[in-house]
Formats: sequence, C-alpha cells, structure tokens
Amino acid sequence: MALYSEKVMDHFRNPRNVGVIEDANGIGEVGNAKCGDIMKMYLKIEDDIIQDVKFETFGCGSAIASSSMATEMIKGKPVADAMKLTNKAVAEALDGLPDYKMHCSVLAEEAIKSALEDYEKRGKN
Amino acid sequence: MIYADNAATTKMSRRAIEKMVLLTEETYGNPSSLYTFGQRAKEALEEARATVAKLIGAEPREILFTSGGSEADNQAIISAAELGKKNGKKHIISSAFEHHAVLHTLNKLKKEGFEITLLDVHENGLILPEEVEAAIKDDTCLVTIMFANNEIGTIQPIREIGAICRKKNVLFHTDAVQAIGHLPINVIDDNIDMLSASAHKFHGPKGVGFLYAKKGIRLSNLIEGGAQERGRRAGTENVPGIAAMAEALNESVEKMAENAEKLTEKRNKLIKGLKEIPHSAINGDEVKRLPSNVNFCFEGIEGESLLLLLDDKGIAASSGSACTSGSLDPSHVLLAIGRVHDVAHGSLRLSIGEDITDEDVDYIIKSVKEVVEYLRGFSPVWRDLVAGKSQFILP
Repeated sequence: MALYSEKVMDHFRNPRNVGVIEDANGIGEVGNAKCGDIMKMYLKIEDDIIQDVKFETFGCGSAIASSSMATEMIKGKPVADAMKLTNKAVAEALDGLPDYKMHCSVLAEEAIKSALEDYEKRGKN
Repeated sequence: MIYADNAATTKMSRRAIEKMVLLTEETYGNPSSLYTFGQRAKEALEEARATVAKLIGAEPREILFTSGGSEADNQAIISAAELGKKNGKKHIISSAFEHHAVLHTLNKLKKEGFEITLLDVHENGLILPEEVEAAIKDDTCLVTIMFANNEIGTIQPIREIGAICRKKNVLFHTDAVQAIGHLPINVIDDNIDMLSASAHKFHGPKGVGFLYAKKGIRLSNLIEGGAQERGRRAGTENVPGIAAMAEALNESVEKMAENAEKLTEKRNKLIKGLKEIPHSAINGDEVKRLPSNVNFCFEGIEGESLLLLLDDKGIAASSGSACTSGSLDPSHVLLAIGRVHDVAHGSLRLSIGEDITDEDVDYIIKSVKEVVEYLRGFSPVWRDLVAGKSQFILP
C-alpha cells in the first residue's frame, strides 16, 4: 500500500499549470513556511472565465498534487463555478488523500478562493 | 537502488540471517524447558548473552534482552526513576534532542511529579559535560544522554558525562541505539551504568535489542508473567533473534574500524558535494558525527517532496520534515539545534551503508542538486528569497 494514490503521484511528478502569470488579475497566497506549506495561485480572468491559471507551491507531495489538480479543475471555468470548488472535490479527484494530508486540499481550495477574492477586489477599484 | 537510510534500519547481514535460520529450524525448544531441546535453546541464549556482554565490556548477567531500543530506554528510565523515588530523588537530566522513547517516558514521569531538565544541545548538536555537571542537584536520580543522535549523528562526550555522574553518584544511562556496532563502546571505560541497543541498526533482526544494566541496579519490570531474564522481563525469549543479534554485533565490531574509515571518506565527500548547493547548511557538528550520517537543510523547499523525487531516482533517504512524520512540527532535533521551522522543513538525512561506492556518492550529489533546483523552481518561498522580499536564513 503506497502512501499516495497513482493520481496524486502523477500530479506530483508532472504538475500541471506550474509557474507564474505575469499579467495575472487575481493572485492568492495561503499557508506559511512555518507549517511547511505555501501555495500561490495566479489567475488570468477575462469575461468572467478563468482563461489561465498557474501555481507555485512550497510543500509536500500532496500539497503539490492538490495545487495541480485544483488548477485543472478551474481552468476554463466561469468564476462562479471556481468559487464553488471544495477541498473535498480536489481530494476526490486525486482518488483520495491520507487523513493527515487533507489540509493540503484545504489549502488548494483556500488559495483559489483567495485569488478570486483578489480579482473581485481589483474589479471594484 | 541506493539505500541511504541505515539510521532507520539496516539490511541483515548474511551471517546474522544464517544464524537466525539455523536457530529457528533446529533450536526451537523453549529455553525454560528442562529437556534437551529446551536446554540447547538455553545454551544458545546464554552464548549470545556472553557474546554481547564481552563486546561492550560487560558481564553476561548485566545483559537483559528486550524487544528493541525503545523497550530498553523505557525500562532503564522507569527503573532509575523508581529507585530515585525510594530515596526521595525525583530529578532527571536529559537533552532536548533525545529519541522519543526517552522523551515520552520522561514526559510520563513529569506527570507523576518528577522534575525533568532538558539540556541545550547547542548549534552543533553537542552537549557540554560542564553543563551536565552544573545541572546535577542533590535530588538528581538519573542522567540520560544518547550516545549518538539518530537524526544528525552527533556523538556526545559520553565518557566525560559518565565520569561526572560517577563523581556525583548519579546513575547514567545512554541510548546507544545509533552508536553500538559503529563506534567503540566499553561500558567500564565509558563510565556507563545503563545502555540501550537495538539489533536492526547494526545488521541484526528487527524486534530484538538489549539493555545493559550494571550489576547492583535493580530493574523494574515492564512486562510481568514469568521468570525469564532473571525475572526482569517475562515472555519466552526470542532465541533466534537474540542469537542473530549477537552474531551481527560480533561482525559489526570485527569490521568496525575498516567500515568507519570507508564510511567517513564517503560521508565527507557527500558533505563536500552537497555544500555546493547554495543556501544549504549541514546539521550538526561536521566532524563529531557518525561516519554514516549526512544531514542537510536546503532553504526554500520541503523535505517530503525531496524524498519522493529522490525515491523516483532510486535513492532511499529520510527527512525531518513535518510531512514525513504526520505532525505539523518539523523534527524536534532540528529545532533543538536552533533551526527555525521554515528551514527545518527542508531537511534531508542520508545514512549510508558499508556497500556504498564512489559512483553512488556522485549519483546522490547530482540527484539532490537536480531535485533541489527543480523544487525551488516553483517554490513561492524561494521566489521571495531570490527577489529579496524575504531574507535568506542559510548562507
């Protein structure tokens, strides 16, 4: 019995959407180095659609995999749908995470919400 | 595949395996039985006891076989505490980076009213004998200091600490799990009253260990139910495991000098290579450490990711990262030597074995460099450090 599912290992070994969006209009960062996990999400939103998303993560295997999966789940989706993304959905899409790693999927959800909030805030200015 | 986690466990030696098989197949009697089958097992048991005793300068009756290092640590500390309590002495001195088998037992005693002093292990991971001496009080019943640290490999001044304890008439226990079979140990010369050991750290089987307790120290039982081990540890003895442990220890001691020389050379080469990684630092004193131990922190990355990617490259290593332990805090050992959380999460322990080659060393250095660089490539922490938004902690 491996620590992680095949899907987690796949997203960890070949993370999707890694990097930075220079002209992002929504950026969110959650976690802290003290706890060992930081996720940063960059969104490029046009016409309420997430045209592009990239992430940077400092963290364990499941943190990287959760970030990768979360970006896949919101890419090309309307903002309203992305707002509904839950950590549970991320974990399920990864074929599950060990109990003590569930907080990684929570961070992924929070990172996306934080980036979306940043986008909304910018829109008001 | 390169197995570089010998501090976690070692591969059993051929000689130990053969001993174990032989005893399992042929000497399966119960050592407590009177008939020949039993007495043969008893002979094998006592032969193993004599071998182990001789190898550390003890007498056979001073060796108690246990299920491993943790049990031996528990029994040594509990025994000393109970002896102390009888004399109104309820103060114990230890260090901040002991194994949890020691620290958790001390925590239990603390709840029972014992006062526990955990000595500073300083930046280099070394305890100062004069600080042990200064910490001893009239009601100190035990000093327990590990021989060599399991994570950073630093070797403590055991003989000096033992001498102080002798002078002050305080019991001295050492968890020698990482040291025995790898470093010369003589309980008389090293002034040791009690010592814990585990077979699987020196190419013996898992689930076997021993406690040395100098004669005259009355041990308390952790397991009741029989007269085995002079009444101090009930349960039918694991004869094949014990005999294999004695064989493995004998072999390790025979090869100790040769192995230490080889490992030290490879270790130093690894340290030199890994130091080339920018913003990295070795953990623990560079010289006063086990010949097999290399432990580094790399800024801007997390240890579990590093381990998983090294595993993909065929290298088995370990980390003090929180994620590998299932807790949110990184290694208490790295915190004890003053590493801050941010840096302690990015640690790597390599504990090399005697079969390591120069090619393996080169491959490990190359692989660690690649993986650290790759992970830093998408680490927001590293980005901020490079951009000057936060300050580097490691030079």
